[in-house]
This record gives sequence, C-alpha cells and structure tokens, in this order.
Amino acid sequence: MTQPILDVQALHVAYDAIIAVSDVSMSVPKGSIVTILGPNGAGKSSLLNAIMGVVPAGGAIHFAGRALGGESVEARVNDGLSLVPEKRELFYSMSVEDNLRLGRFRLRHQGSAEPMLNEMWALFPRLKERRRQLAGTLSGGERQMLAMARALMGEPRLLMLDEPSLGLAPLIVREILQTASNLRDNGVSILLVEQNARAALRIADYGYVLESGRVMLEGEPDALQADQRIVESYLGVRSAVSV
Amino acid sequence: MAVDLSILLVLVQDGIVNGAIYGLLALALVIVFTVTRVILVPIGEFVAFGALTLAALETGTLPGTVWLLGILGVASAACRLWASRRHATMRSVAWQIGTSLLLPVVVAGLAWACIHWQAPQLVKVLVALAIVAPMGPYLYDVVYRPMADASVLVLLIVSVALHLALQGLGLVFFGSEGSRTQSLADTTLEIGPLFISGQSIVVVLVTLALIVALFLFFERTLMGRALRATAVNRLGAQLVAISPALCGHVAFTLAASIGALGGILISAMTTIYYDTGFLIALKGFVAAVIGGLVSYPLAAASAILIGLVESFASFHASAFKEVLVFMIIIPVLLWRSWRTPALLDEGEE
Ligand SMILES: Nc1ncnc2c1ncn2[C@@H]1O[C@H](COP(=O)(O)OP(=O)(O)OP(=O)(O)O)[C@@H](O)[C@H]1O
Ligand SMILES: [Mg+2]
Repeated sequence: MTQPILDVQALHVAYDAIIAVSDVSMSVPKGSIVTILGPNGAGKSSLLNAIMGVVPAGGAIHFAGRALGGESVEARVNDGLSLVPEKRELFYSMSVEDNLRLGRFRLRHQGSAEPMLNEMWALFPRLKERRRQLAGTLSGGERQMLAMARALMGEPRLLMLDEPSLGLAPLIVREILQTASNLRDNGVSILLVEQNARAALRIADYGYVLESGRVMLEGEPDALQADQRIVESYLGVRSAVSV
Repeated sequence: MAVDLSILLVLVQDGIVNGAIYGLLALALVIVFTVTRVILVPIGEFVAFGALTLAALETGTLPGTVWLLGILGVASAACRLWASRRHATMRSVAWQIGTSLLLPVVVAGLAWACIHWQAPQLVKVLVALAIVAPMGPYLYDVVYRPMADASVLVLLIVSVALHLALQGLGLVFFGSEGSRTQSLADTTLEIGPLFISGQSIVVVLVTLALIVALFLFFERTLMGRALRATAVNRLGAQLVAISPALCGHVAFTLAASIGALGGILISAMTTIYYDTGFLIALKGFVAAVIGGLVSYPLAAASAILIGLVESFASFHASAFKEVLVFMIIIPVLLWRSWRTPALLDEGEE
C-alpha cells in the first residue's frame, strides 16, 4: 500500500480538565473512505477538529507526508485538507451561490469557478434552484448539502465529514453517502464520522470505533459488522442510544 | 434668534458636508469592527495625519509621517516574518518584505519628488494618502494581530492606548499649530439664494463615489465577499482558507485610507490640529454606534443627522455644540441596550 494521505500518532485533545481524545493513532490511505464510529461524547468531533487545527492537540499529524505543526486552519485548507464541521459554519446571511464561490477561495488564482459551480449544481440540483436564496433560509438537509458542496468547491485531497447525515431523512442519507462513495472513486480520500453505523460501514474501506476518547476497536467493515460489541451498541435491535 | 432662508441653507449645507465625512468614518469603523472586532479609536489620528501630511506637502516640507511609516514598516515586517517563521515560502517572504519594507521607501521617494518638483494639488493628495494608508495594515500587524483572539473590551483598551500614542506622535511631528489645506475646487456655485462652495461639492461627490465603490467591492468581488464571510462566521471563513490576517489587512487599509481621505477633505474647511482628528472621529463613532456597529445604512444616515445637529447647534448655541452632538448618543444607547442586552458581547461570537 502507498503512503497514507493522513497519519495520526498518539493524538491527545483536552479542554481544560476534560480529556476528549487520548492516545489515538489512525490513518487514512489515499483514495479510501475511513469511518469513525462511537457514542456521543466519544471524541469524534474533537479528533476531526484537532486534525483541522480548530482545537490545539498533542501528538503527531502527517498530511500527505508533511508534519502538521502550528499551522493555522486556513493554511491546512490551502494544503488540501477540508472539514465539513458538525455545526456546518455556513455564511447564513449570504446567498447559496456566494457560499459556494467562497468555498473556492483557496483556488481563486487558478481560473474561473464556473465549471466547478456547474458540477455542484449537477450534484445537488436542489441547491441550484435555491442559488439566490440566503443560506440561513435553507432547510436542515439543504444546509448539509451546501456545507458539503462548499467543501467540494475547494477540491480537497482529504475531505473530513462530521456526521453528514445528522437529522436527515433516510433517503437523503443514502444520497449523501452515495456522493461520498462517488468522490472516493474520483480519488478523494474521505474521513467520515457517523452515528449511522450501518450506512457508514456499507461504503467505508476501514473503520475505527472510538469510546471515551480511545480507539476501542478497528478493522475492515465486515469484521466490525461481525463484532458482537458493535452489533449491540450500533447495529443491534436494541436502541442505538448508548452511554 | 430667527433664521432666514439663506442662513438656513448655509447651515444645511454645512451639516450635510460634515455629515458626509462623519459618514465615511462611520463606515470605516463598521468595516473594521465587523471584520476584526476592533473598535478603531485611532481612526481619528488617520484623519489628522491625512490632513497635516497634505498641509506639510503643500508648504514644501517632508512630513514626519514619512518617518513614522518607515518605522511601522520595519516593525510590521518583523512581526509578519516572526509569525510565519515556521511555514515561510520564498514567495511569502518576498511579498512581506515588499509590502512592509520596500513600500515605505517608495512612498518616501514619492513624497520627496512631490516636494522637489512642486507637484500639482491632486498628486499631493494621492501622496498624502499613500503615506497614511499603509499605516493601517502595519498597525494591525504590530498591535492587533498578535492579540486577535482577545475580547472586544481588551481590544478597545488597546485601541485607546494606541490612539493616545499616535496623538503624541502627531504632536511631535506637526507641533501644536493647526493647518489648513488648499481647497480642492476653488469655485462657488450660485443657485438662487444658495451659495455652494466647490469644496462642498467635492466632499459630497467623493463620499457618494466611495459609498458606491465600497458597495461594489463588498457585493461583487471575491475579496469583498471574503470580508463579509469573516464578519458573519470567522471559523467558517477559515475553513474555506480565508485568513483573518488577510481580511484584517484589507479592513485596516480601507479604514486608514478612508480616515486620511476624510482629513484631507475636511482640512480645506476647518483648521486641523494634531488632536482634532479624535473629535471628528468621535462623531463618526456616534453614527456607527447608532447603527449598532454593524449596520452600514443606519450608520451613514445617522452621520448626516449628526452633521445637521452640529451645524444648527453651532449657530444657536455654539458653546454647547459638542455637548448637544454627543448627547444624541445617550437615548440611542438606552434604546439599544434595552433592545439588545449587551452590545459588547455581540462581537464575542
Ligand atoms: N469546546 C469544548 N469545551 C469543553 N469540552 C468540550 C468541548 N468540545 C467538546 N468537549 C467535550 O469533549 C468530549 C468529546 O466531545 P466531542 O464533541 O468530540 O464528541 P463526539 O464524539 O463528536 O460526540 P457527538 O457524537 O455527540 O457529536 C465531550 O465530553 C464534550 O463535552
Ligand atoms: Mg460530534
């Protein structure tokens, strides 16, 4: 296997007294989907935020062979990392189209945004109908689409999605995850945090299970799906609500 | 005291012209606050520097602000190179040296040439702007950027300190004597009972042109949208690679240019001293506060209102002129604090 696009060693994230992530090591091979599962408060978002530089972290992060140190968030985005955060962080008082154009800010000196914009309209026709609408007036599902499209406008090498299916109808969840799977086929690497374990494992190439900030389990989707603990916590007939 | 029509028209004209300048300053304050959360108290010093720099160029002396620009340039280069020491590229270092070290040298050369060859008035105005405008981003690099995450209150305290420091430097460079600059349009238009000075027309036209230009910048250009994006969601902006420092540079360049331009426009109508800028800026600030420090149209409209109040107050009760103007802010602040519990906290988001 080639060098992974993202490699994390002994990552540690703490907020004052709360330790959110401790001693997590994981990697994302080029052109694959890696999923991170885990109950609420397991530290999944903290892990993504630390990789993105949104929260400070200890440990080592290598992206595309280069060590990330004190780089700012925007420097990491310029390198080709991209995060669709849990809270989306859209520009709510601006139009859908302006949001997308700004998504391409890092490539602003490299030609027109139109071709990529048209690709996004093709990918999310619902957004095209609402291109002049303010982002703040979009429905929850449409906001997820906009957040994902905004990230894609910057043509990232590694796309990190924090619960892209949060609060979405099953049909749209399938659509969004199908989009992720198509992106992988086009060479984009994806790190996917999901509550919907069944759907995530269906498209993933590898998975990690995080609990209380530590990696409890990792493996191929088939192996994870067969694991008794996973079945009980995330896939089983019992309620998926845990902890 | 009765007011006849011709006096009324003069007062209205005065009010609108001064109000236009307060409006420009209010816009600059809103831009800087929304993008960087800084309440730019020292914008008054940009006003004074703009006016006094032009006055010095007119009398054929090299303005002290040229030296200040050089010193700030060196300090800014040091701060920028230090901030990017770990991930510096050849291009970024060249850009930083060019904009922080080379630019003041070029501007100083222009200023010298301008005096040496007795350049026309418009060239002097442009050179004065070129001397003051880069101070905005330099001060941002040296003072505000290292503490970009501080609270609005801390940033305000720093602003007050910076204002006092720059005012002191103004006294050192320009002395305590006031200056007036030449009118930018030495004609008078006569329409019935109304005499309109050329300078008034220039002020209003420049203000309108600048408002249109700012509107186009924020609505139509990617950089303008990036500034708005930073204002509405800082983290969201960073996630699409919009750097707060870049936006800070643009916002501070706009503010310093607008401030200096305001000073240049007003100095043909009133004598400007090293400390006059603060009072002028304070009126822009009142207008900006009435707009909640975020609303451009409200800020601009209130600026005209303040200009009119000031103009009529100076006629009827000149001793209380400033008092009346600043009293406008009290009911507005009461109303605002009643509607939105904490103005200062709004920017903390
Ligand atoms: N900014 C913060 N300050 C303090 N504690 C925080 C902060 N952000 C997260 N935490 C804490 O860190 C722990 C991990 O949170 P995190 O958001 O990473 O979990 P998560 O796995 O993403 O959960 P969820 O599935 O609910 O999104 C939680 O206990 C949370 O309360
Ligand atoms: Mg989370």
